[in-house]
Parts: sequence; C-alpha cells; structure tokens
Amino acid sequence: MEKELKYVDMVEQPIAMHPKKFALWLFLVTVVMIFAALTSAYIVRQSEGNWLEYDLPTIFWYSSGIVVISSICLQYAYSAAKKDNFVGLRAGLSLAVLFGIAFLVSQWYSWVALVDENVFFVGNPSGSFLYVFTGLHAVHLISGVIFLIIVLISTYRYKVHSKSMDTLEMATTFWHFLAALWLYLFMFLLLNH
Amino acid sequence: MSTASVANHDAAHDHHDHEHHDNFVTKYIFSQDHKMIAKQYLVTGMFWALIGGLLSILFRLQLGFPEMDMSFLRPILGGWIDEAGKLDPTFYLALVTMHGTIMVFFVLTAGLSGTFSNFLIPLQIGARDMASGFMNMLSYWLFFLSGVIMFISLFLKTGPAAGGWVVYPPLSALEQAIPGSGLGMTLWLVAMTFFIASSLMGGINYITTVINLRTKGMSFSKLPLTIWAFFLTAVIGLLSFPVLFAAALLLVFDRSFGTSFYLSDIYIGGEALPNTGGSPVLYQHLFWFLGHPEVYIVLLPALGITSEVIATNSRKPIFGYKAMIISLLGITVLSFVVWAHHMFVSGMNPFLGSIFMFLTLIIAVPSAVKVFNYLTTLWRGNLIFTPAMLFSIGLVSFFISGGLTGIFLGNSAIDIQLHDTYFVVAHFHLVMGSASFFGMIAGVYHWFPKMFGRMMDAKLGYIHFWITFVGVYMVFFPMHYIGIAGFPRRYYSWTNFEFANMYTDLNMFVSVAAIITFSAQFIFLFNFFYSMYKGRKATLNPWRSNTLEWTTPVEPGHGNWPGEIPAVYRWPYDYSKPGAEEDFIPQTVPLSATPESNLPHEQELVKVELEIMKEEEEVLVSNETSH
Repeated sequence: MEKELKYVDMVEQPIAMHPKKFALWLFLVTVVMIFAALTSAYIVRQSEGNWLEYDLPTIFWYSSGIVVISSICLQYAYSAAKKDNFVGLRAGLSLAVLFGIAFLVSQWYSWVALVDENVFFVGNPSGSFLYVFTGLHAVHLISGVIFLIIVLISTYRYKVHSKSMDTLEMATTFWHFLAALWLYLFMFLLLNH
Repeated sequence: MSTASVANHDAAHDHHDHEHHDNFVTKYIFSQDHKMIAKQYLVTGMFWALIGGLLSILFRLQLGFPEMDMSFLRPILGGWIDEAGKLDPTFYLALVTMHGTIMVFFVLTAGLSGTFSNFLIPLQIGARDMASGFMNMLSYWLFFLSGVIMFISLFLKTGPAAGGWVVYPPLSALEQAIPGSGLGMTLWLVAMTFFIASSLMGGINYITTVINLRTKGMSFSKLPLTIWAFFLTAVIGLLSFPVLFAAALLLVFDRSFGTSFYLSDIYIGGEALPNTGGSPVLYQHLFWFLGHPEVYIVLLPALGITSEVIATNSRKPIFGYKAMIISLLGITVLSFVVWAHHMFVSGMNPFLGSIFMFLTLIIAVPSAVKVFNYLTTLWRGNLIFTPAMLFSIGLVSFFISGGLTGIFLGNSAIDIQLHDTYFVVAHFHLVMGSASFFGMIAGVYHWFPKMFGRMMDAKLGYIHFWITFVGVYMVFFPMHYIGIAGFPRRYYSWTNFEFANMYTDLNMFVSVAAIITFSAQFIFLFNFFYSMYKGRKATLNPWRSNTLEWTTPVEPGHGNWPGEIPAVYRWPYDYSKPGAEEDFIPQTVPLSATPESNLPHEQELVKVELEIMKEEEEVLVSNETSH
C-alpha cells in the first residue's frame, strides 16, 4: 500500500507546477500588490500639491547597475548548476550574494545623500515615500540574501545539482524579481519626480 | 520562510505512507492536518463570535436603555462603568470598534474561510492535504497570536482601539485624540499585521492546492461551487490584504515615527502639530481598496456553501452552474473597482463619484444572477429542510433584503443623506454580516458529520434557526427607519436631540431582539459541543450528496482516503437525474456505469472516459508488478 500511494501521488498531477514554486509566485504577487499600493499612493498624494521637489540621489544609478550584475551572476550560477559545474555554481552564488550586499550598502548611501540634501524620513511625504520604497525593498532584499546564503551553504553539501534544482530555481526567481522590482521603483521615481 | 517549508516538504510526504503515531501536541495543537487546522479555526472563530457578540450586547444596552443603571456589569467592565452606573462614552467607541474588527476579520474571515477552505478544499478536490501543511499550521498560529494580542488590548487601562474598525486617521494616528488611539491602537496594528500574514499564508495555500492538487478528472468545470468560491476568495485576499498592509505600515510610521503621510495642518488645544503635507483621504483610498474586497472575502465562501447545501437538499442540479461561476468571477473583478463608494462624502471629486456609482451598481447584476439561481434551484425541488438548508435559505433571504438597500446606498446622491447612519448599519449587517454568518452556520450543520463523525441534533437546529432568523430581522429591519430619520452610527447617545426621542422605543425593541438573538446562539453552542461527544453516529453519506468528501471514511484519517484517491468523472450536481436509479450520482461514478441516465453528449464522453480508465488500469498493473 505504501508504494501504491506514492505512485498515485506522482501520476495524478503530471501537468501541475511544483506547489512550492507556485506558492512562491503567489507570494511575489502579494509583494507586487504592496508596492503597487504604495506607488499609487505616491501618485495620488503627489497630485494633491504641497509636494517637496528634490533631486534623486545619483547613487541610484550605481545601485541599479549592481543589482543587475548580481542577477546576472545568479543566472550564471543557475546554468552552472544545470551542468553540475559546482565551482561555477558556488562562484556565481557567492558573487550574487556579494553584489546583493553591495546593493544594500549603496542604498544606505542613497539615504545619506538624501539627508545631505535635507530630505528626511520625517517631513514632507514626498521624501518619506522615498525612504519607505527603498527601505521596504531593502527588507525584502535582505530576506533574499539570507535565502541565497542558505542555498550557498547547501551547495557545499552537494544538495544542489542538475537533478535537484528546485531550491536554486526558487532563489533565482525571487532574486530576479527583487532586481526587477528595484528597477521598476527607480523608473517610477524617475518618471514621477 | 521558503526554506523552512522546503525542508518540511519531504516530511509531509512521508506522512501518507505509514500509520504514524501522534502525540497530543502534534495531533491537537501543532497539527499540520488540514482537518484539524480547520477545527482549530472553527473553535477559535466561535470564541471570537461570542466575544464580538457580547460587545454588541453591551453597546445595545446603552442604545436601547440610555437611562439604565449598569452597575451590575462592573465585575466585567470595572472602571468603564462610572459611579452613577453609566457606560463610559470613550469605552462605547472602543466597543463598536472592537465589535467590527472582531466580527469582520476574526469571525467572518478567519472563522469562515479558515474553517471551510481548510476543511473542504482537500476533501472536495481529492487531495491528501494542503500543498504545505507547515505553512497551513503557521497560518493558524499567526492568527492565534493576532487574536491573543487583540484580546490583551481589550484589558488595557486606556482601552482598546476606538477609532472605528476602519481606523481612519487622524483620529487613529494621534494619541492625543482619544484614549483608544494610544497603546490600544498600537496593539490593533500589530495584531492586524499578524492577521494579514496569516490570511496571506492561508490564501497562498488554498490557491496552490486548488490549482495543483486536484485529483484525476477534477477539471475546473467539475469543481463544486464551494471550491470555486473559496478559490476566488483566496485570490481576492491575496490581492487586497497587501494593500491593507501598506496602509497600516504608513499609519505606523505616522503614529510612531512622526511622518506625515496622513496628517496635515492639525491643531490640538490651539497648538499646531508639526505634521504637514499629509492626506487623510489617501488612507481611505488605501483602506477601502482592501475594505471593499473584504466584504466579498466574507461573503463568497458563504455563497459557495449555500450553493452546495441548496443543491443537495433540493435534490436538484444547481441552476446555472456556469452562470454561478461567471457571476463569482464577475463579483471578484468588480470588487476591486468600487472601493470609493465608501467615500462619496469624503470630498472626492463628484465626477469620480459617479464613475464609482456606476461600477457599484453593476455589482447588482452578478449578485442578482446568484439570487435568481438559488431561487430557481429551490423551485419545484424535493426540498429537505435540514437545519443547514434552512440557514442557507435564510442567507438567500438576507442577501435579497440587504442587497436591495445596497442599490440605495450605491447612489452617490442618496448616500449624502444616508452616509454613516443606521441605514448603512442595517444594510451591511443583513447583506454581509448575517448572510455570511448564516452561511457559516449552514456549513457547520452540513459538514459536522464529516468533521466529528456524528450528527448535530436537528430539533435544536430548527429552534436555533427560527429564533436567529426572526431575531436578525427584528434587530436590523427597524434600523432602516432609524437610519432614514438621520441617526448617525457610532453615537453614544441621542437623548440630546429632540428628533431622536420618538425612536427611543424602537431602539429598545432592537436591543431586546439583539439580546434574544444572541442568547439563541447558546443553543447552537450546546448542540455543537454535545453532539461532538454524544450525537447520533453519522453514516458515510448522511445527506446523500455527490461530492468527494463523502467517499472518505466517516472519520477520515491523515491523508483522507485510506487507499487511492478516487478519480472524478462527472460534475457534482447530478441530483434526480432522469433514468437514474437513485436521486443522486456521486462524482466518482463513471458515465459508462450509468448508460440509463446519460444525456446524448455524455454518451460521447464515455469513450474518452474508457480511455482514462484503461490508463488507470495500466497504472494499477504496473503497481502490482513493482510490489
């Protein structure tokens, strides 16, 4: 009976997506909704006037580059894992983590730049929104870095390879999503400033 | 989070394969079994319904009997009853706030969706359990934690949150505004954050399970309407709860960090606050973007349950199965584009108001389709009046009478008069509150045999139904008149207004009716807990129903079906099919087994079906050989 159950579990859902991966996509939807709400709040509030104008920190250009590089590194790690190239996998993952941390540091410096411009978290909502966007995105990115580090550790136990890609695949999805989310936020700020 | 659930994935799989030995903690407390989690949700929901109901009785006493000496309540309320035996006015505000929050979120969202989505989704689609048992458990315990925090806030010295369940700033944002905006409001926000996380985890699980874990043959066009409703409810929750989170986050920043998202140009005691540039209407937009879909999060599961119960107990196929699904989809989509009808008098652009009015009135179309289909399903059916059936019919009644007043309120011009009056209170308590509550009760009566293997007492069920049904109308119908007369909601007392005096007796009547209706719920509670242990033993399929959950053992164990999961060959509403031997044909009966009742197009499908069965046979054979 034991085997029977297992067998049935396998054949009954040949077309279905991996449930965990699917759940991750649904989680991404919730994150999208949070930022959709915040950015629409930004537009609604902006249209009401009394809106502080200031220059966006130029460091955002650099952080955008860093986050893209990080994504590319992870994509490299992903394709390396597919070929069971463990050196490439670890190198790519480590670089992705490092660039992820570099991104967080550059975001911190964007806050420093804002403070130098006399734009504070407390004050006109125009500035506060920027802190909320970057801060909330950074919180998500930190969770992504932690996720990547966990995957990195598991590569040393040879748990990630061409036959066991699920975790890495989910980490990659999440990481690319966070990069895309930042690019969206940055573009949104460029266009609505 | 992701890694934790990944690690758990393997463990959950092992579970099915052997008789495993639960201890008390893993079976009843940190259970990962969807049926136990559903029962946890149900009992917690019942606890909160009692608290929420009790709070409403307290403020009804104040409204119905403003001169009353409430000293006898001092053992519970302590300092909130003053020397003269009067209820503290600020605590009155806290009572209405907590009543709303508890009923909307803890009872009708967690108690309803949490219970029935968890219980029925795996059983009715033919799955062993939810996609992630661990996340499901986490969802319940986050809800529990949220409840604990909200419960603690009831006992604060400054009282719980008191700005209304919508917690509009600036009232909720400034501690100086009312006592309830202090620590009580902070705890409210913390509790709601946990609640949002819990709902999202539950919702992600429901959607994943429905999409990925359906049994063989269970296509979306063969899904019971309950599952359609739970599925779309989860979709609505997934899209709207994050927005509430965003709104609450900005409110937290305003409250605790000094930002000005919602605050601007406020003077307290003649002194200006430093906040400038915020917009309180912004909060309303964000809040109602959740708040309106929330109404459907509460209502859709109840409508799904009703569809199932009414079809089963009319012994007729549900009328317009596809129309039911399309109207559910229509409601889902429309629920996101009508939020501003809650804000007609917020100073919004009147042109925008007329757009939202138009969109709002469109919702009447799918709602009317549903009502029509319920009535036509009942029409000339062989009605069996089980308590669940009565409560479902009660739901349809409330949905009609409460829905009609929605058409009034949806008009931006009439809303100027009716906004924030008891007319609104009457409207949503009928169409959303009582209707959903009746759906929940109907679900409990209907699926109690599956939950506990015993039947609830029908006679007590009838008494419970009639007192509650008549009681609800006695409570909420008079409120329409009070509302049209212009009585604002959330007011502690009207005795200062001359025009209000003529309605004192009506308010007294409402309060008495409310007390009677509330007391009748104890009949249900007694019935519930008594039947759990002493009820008549249930048979395999007590309601002679078609859906998959009745093919499980009377008390299904972990994994639901002892052997293979049955395959599904037909839709779930083959009741009283002409030519058939019995008046119901379960979903697991192949079309090829019922040539006498097949319709012409179904005869065609038999060929396809035989192919599927042949495939299955091969699977079985290969199973045998692999043993």
